[in-house]
Amino acid sequence: MIELKNVSRRYGDVEAVRGLSFSVREGEVCVVVGPSGCGKSTALKMMNRMLEPTSGEVRVFGKDVREYRPEILRRRIGYVIQSVGLFPHMSVAENIAVVPKLLAWEKKRIDERVEELLHLIGLDPEVYGGKYPSQLSGGEAQRIGVARALAADPPILLMDEPFGAVDPLNREVLQAEFAAIHRRLGKTVVFVTHDLDEAIRLAGRIAVMEKGSLVQYDTPENVLAHPANRFVTSFVGSDRALKRLSRFPVSAVMRRPVAVGVSDDIAATVGALGKERKIRFLWVLDEEGRLRGWINVWRVSERVSIEEATTEATAGQIAVRQDASLKEVLSRMLAEGIKVVPVVDRDDRVVGEISLADIERITEEVDSQWQVEEREGRS
Amino acid sequence: MAGGRKRGPLIGWLPLAVLAGLFSVMVLDREALRVVLSALFPGVRDVIYPRASLVSLLGEHLFLVLVSSAAAVAVGTAVGIYVTRPAGRDFLKIASDLSAFAQTVPPVAVLALSIPFIGFGQKPVLLALFLYSVLPVISNTVAGLEQVPALYIETALGMGMTPRQILLRVEIPLALRLIMAGIRTSVVVNVGTATVGALAGAGGFGTPIVAGLVRENPAFVLQGAVSAALLAFILDQTLARAEIGANEPGGGREEK
Repeated sequence: MIELKNVSRRYGDVEAVRGLSFSVREGEVCVVVGPSGCGKSTALKMMNRMLEPTSGEVRVFGKDVREYRPEILRRRIGYVIQSVGLFPHMSVAENIAVVPKLLAWEKKRIDERVEELLHLIGLDPEVYGGKYPSQLSGGEAQRIGVARALAADPPILLMDEPFGAVDPLNREVLQAEFAAIHRRLGKTVVFVTHDLDEAIRLAGRIAVMEKGSLVQYDTPENVLAHPANRFVTSFVGSDRALKRLSRFPVSAVMRRPVAVGVSDDIAATVGALGKERKIRFLWVLDEEGRLRGWINVWRVSERVSIEEATTEATAGQIAVRQDASLKEVLSRMLAEGIKVVPVVDRDDRVVGEISLADIERITEEVDSQWQVEEREGRS
Repeated sequence: MAGGRKRGPLIGWLPLAVLAGLFSVMVLDREALRVVLSALFPGVRDVIYPRASLVSLLGEHLFLVLVSSAAAVAVGTAVGIYVTRPAGRDFLKIASDLSAFAQTVPPVAVLALSIPFIGFGQKPVLLALFLYSVLPVISNTVAGLEQVPALYIETALGMGMTPRQILLRVEIPLALRLIMAGIRTSVVVNVGTATVGALAGAGGFGTPIVAGLVRENPAFVLQGAVSAALLAFILDQTLARAEIGANEPGGGREEK
C-alpha cells in the first residue's frame, strides 16, 4: 500500500531522513516511533507529498507519488495532525465535509456521510453538527479531526502525533476508540508518535527510528522481547515487562464475574458461593446489572440483607472497561489497593472480573515464551 | 442559545436607525431644517443653501464615495491578495511601504496636483479619493491574510485543496474581519474627504461648506458639515453590522 525505497531528505546540511526503506501492508497499523528529531514526521509527510524526498522513491497505491497531482493524491489519504487544525470558521459538519466537497459529492450524500461519521465517533450529530471548533473540548476536537480525515473514505490514514496534545486520561480513551474504529474500517494507517506506550498499544508493526534511520521494524511483542540494538533497548526502557501488559486486552483475560443482585437472599448466596468456592469478594449489582458495590463474604453474617452488607462503590471508582488493557488493570489495582477488579461494559454493567493472579499467570506465560524464543534466536 | 444570539444584532441596529431617521428628516424636510437653523443662527437671513437641495448634494456625495470606494475595494483586495501569494511576495514590501507613504500625503495635495492634468470636476476627485482609500484596504487585506495561522493552511493543503481553494475557502474567510475593517475605514475616510471635492467643482456636501465659508454664512457650513458627518456615521454603522455578520460563523466562540 505504501512503500519507501531508500528515501532521504535533507534540510541544508542536515539529513532528516537517511536511506529509509520500509513498506506498510494494506489494513495494517504501522506506528513510527522515536525521539523528537528522529525524522518520523518528515517520513510521514513524504507519503502525501507534503514534502518531497531529496532522493529515493515513495510509492503509494502501487505508483510513485510523483505521478500524482499532489491534491489528487492527498484527497485519497486522510491526514490528522497533532493540533487537529479544525477550521475555526466552519461548523463541525462543514469541517467534516471539506474533502467530500472537494470531490464534488452531492449535498445529500455529504450530509449522510457527516451524520454517519459523527455516530461513528460517538457524538450526536444533532448536538455537534452545528457547533464550532471553539465550542469543543480537546478530546471532541481530536475525534472530529479523525472523522474529518475519514470523510471521503480514504484507504490510507496518516496521523502525526494525533493524540499528543490531549491529556493522558483522554488519550487512552481516544486510543481505545481509534483501535475500535480501525477494527471496523480496516484502513491502512501510518501513525507517528514519540510515545512508546501508544505505539505498543495501537501498532500492528512498530518502526523505530533514530537519527533519520530505521533501526527496527517489527511487531510490538518482538520489539519488546528482542530490541534490535542498544538504542531500542534504552528506548523501550527497563519497564518493558510492564509495557507489554498493554498488549493484552481485558476482554481476553477476564473471567466470569462472581456477583449477586442487591435484592437476592444473602444466606443462600453466601452459602452457595462463598464457602464452597473459597470466594472472598462478591460484586453487588442493581436491577440492570450495574455495579452497586461489593461484599466481603468472610465478614458477613447471615442475618443481614445484601443491601446492608454492601460496601458502596461505583464503576468509576474501582472497575475497568472491557476495552482497557492489562496495564490499566494493574495500575487500577495498585491505586485502589485491591487484588480483584470488576470489568464493566459501556453502560457500567458488570461483565467480568480480573485478579492479580490472572495477570501474574499471563506474565509468566509470556516470560517463558520469550525465553524459548531467545534461546532459539541465539542458536 | 439562539435567543441570546438573536437579540444582540437587534439592539445593535438601534443607533443606526436613529441616525438614519435624523438624517432623512434633515435632507428631506426643508421646513424643519429651516426652523432649526433659524433658531441656531438668528442673525442669518438665508439659512438654507439655495443653489442645490440636500437631496441632490447627497446624490453627488454618494456617487463620489461609492465609485471611489468600490474601485478601492476591488483594486485594494486584489493587490493585497497578490502580494501575499508566492508569485507576488516580492512586491509585499513595496506595497506596504507605498501605502504607508501615501497615507501621509493629504488628499487636498493629490487634488491640487491632479487638477492641472485631469481638469476640474468629478474625475480628479474620484482619483484622489481612490488613491487615498485604496491604502487601508491593501494594508488590512495583507494584515488579514498574513495573520491566518500557518497551521490551517497546512491542514488545508494536506486535505487536498489547491492554492486557489485554500485562498477562497480558508484564508479569505479567516481574514474577512480585518478586510472588512479596512473597507469600513476606507469608506468612512472617503465620506469626509469627499467634502474637499467641492473645491474642484465635484459637488457633494462640501459645496454648502465652501459657499458658507466664502459668504460667511455659518448655517451653510453647518448643514454641509452635519450632513457629511451623519452620512459617515450611517455608513460606518452599516458596515460595522456587516462586519459582525462576517464574524458570525466563528462568532459562536463567546457562547462556550
